[in-house]
Amino acid sequence: MCRVVDLQQAVLAKNEAAAQILRTELTTRGTTVVNLLSSPGSGKTALLERELLLARERGVPAAALTADLATENDAERLARSGVPVKQILTDGLCHLEADMLARHLHNWLPEDTRLLFVENVGNLVCPASYDLGESLRVVLASVTEGEDKPLKYPTAFGLAHLVVVTKTDMAEPAAFDEAVFRTNVQQVNPGVEVVLTSVRSGEGAGCLLDRALSAAEGSAVHAPVMAQARA
Amino acid sequence: MHEMSVALAVVDQVEQAARSRGAVGVESVSLDVGELAGVVPDALAFCFELACAGTVLEGAELFTRSVPGTARCGTCADVWDVGMPPQLICPACGNAAADLVSGRELRISEVRWADVEAEADAAHVRIREPIPQES
Ligand SMILES: Nc1nc2c(ncn2[C@@H]2O[C@H](COP(=O)(O)OP(=O)(O)O)[C@@H](O)[C@H]2O)c(=O)[nH]1
Ligand SMILES: [Mg+2]
Ligand SMILES: [Zn+2]
Ligand SMILES: [Zn+2]
Repeated sequence: MCRVVDLQQAVLAKNEAAAQILRTELTTRGTTVVNLLSSPGSGKTALLERELLLARERGVPAAALTADLATENDAERLARSGVPVKQILTDGLCHLEADMLARHLHNWLPEDTRLLFVENVGNLVCPASYDLGESLRVVLASVTEGEDKPLKYPTAFGLAHLVVVTKTDMAEPAAFDEAVFRTNVQQVNPGVEVVLTSVRSGEGAGCLLDRALSAAEGSAVHAPVMAQARA
Repeated sequence: MHEMSVALAVVDQVEQAARSRGAVGVESVSLDVGELAGVVPDALAFCFELACAGTVLEGAELFTRSVPGTARCGTCADVWDVGMPPQLICPACGNAAADLVSGRELRISEVRWADVEAEADAAHVRIREPIPQES
């Protein structure tokens, strides 16, 4: 005979608790985390390189952590900006979790860091399910990935606080339809801001830094419908 | 694979509950998986079997119940099935949904223990689910 026990428990509760602790700990000491999600090659590292340089120029203490399955190439690229950078090699794990991030920050993150940018593993599926204690979650898509990307990865786009379109210098050859892209974003995440960027043309320079700073100053960030789950 | 992390988290939680009540085995675990939880049930079933090996859950069956996404409009109070890809703009009045009523859950709904020794009712494990924080 077996007994039934209601073990009503959220499977990712442990990560959510760890993320909440990290968020509180970091915001208390004045550090705001920005979590960057996209498919591989959308331009996370390129955009970060530019925004970190700007942060340095403007005297904003920033740091960056970049996660990849293998190779330290991205950390080397980001380190050229002069801000503290650390590479996380996930050894095949396809996403970061809050406790992993916490371990990597321990004994590394400079005390005075105002903004900590985390480049997540290039993947739009599971990183969406793992809160890292960020105050701003940014999802990127390049103009060459198709206007329906938000519909193909609704959970990732649906939970974004900010959507960044990258490589707009290639919008014409890629026949990127901005209006359709925006409509698709609104379908899964009504009200979220969409910004256009290109590291080639310079479009949208500083937008990521500005949004991150405004979140750091306590301005309300967008509240995605999908995050208002009563599940 | 993401489903492996999820399977390990399930096993971890059931093991903990098993320890605290001295359970010797697990017949089955039931999960509610929302359409928007980003988990593929087949992949999860595969990983679950692997994750159970060598634990008190060895041989346990996994039942997953898919939960459709539904949203509620804050303006006109309409409630609708959001479908896939989800439509979070109210089909009745065109305003944004106020919240998702269902569809993002990834939750253990039931565990059937294999132990015969019935314990006192105090053994009921009920852990309150933290409210997902996204702000
Ligand atoms: N034309 C163009 N190419 C870009 C832009 N941003 C990134 N790229 C290129 O896209 C490729 C992938 O960029 P990367 O930053 O490594 O992407 P990540 O995998 O998301 O970090 C590289 O070859 C970049 O040079 C852009 O704004 N315009
Ligand atoms: Mg990169
Ligand atoms: Zn993953
Ligand atoms: Zn309505």
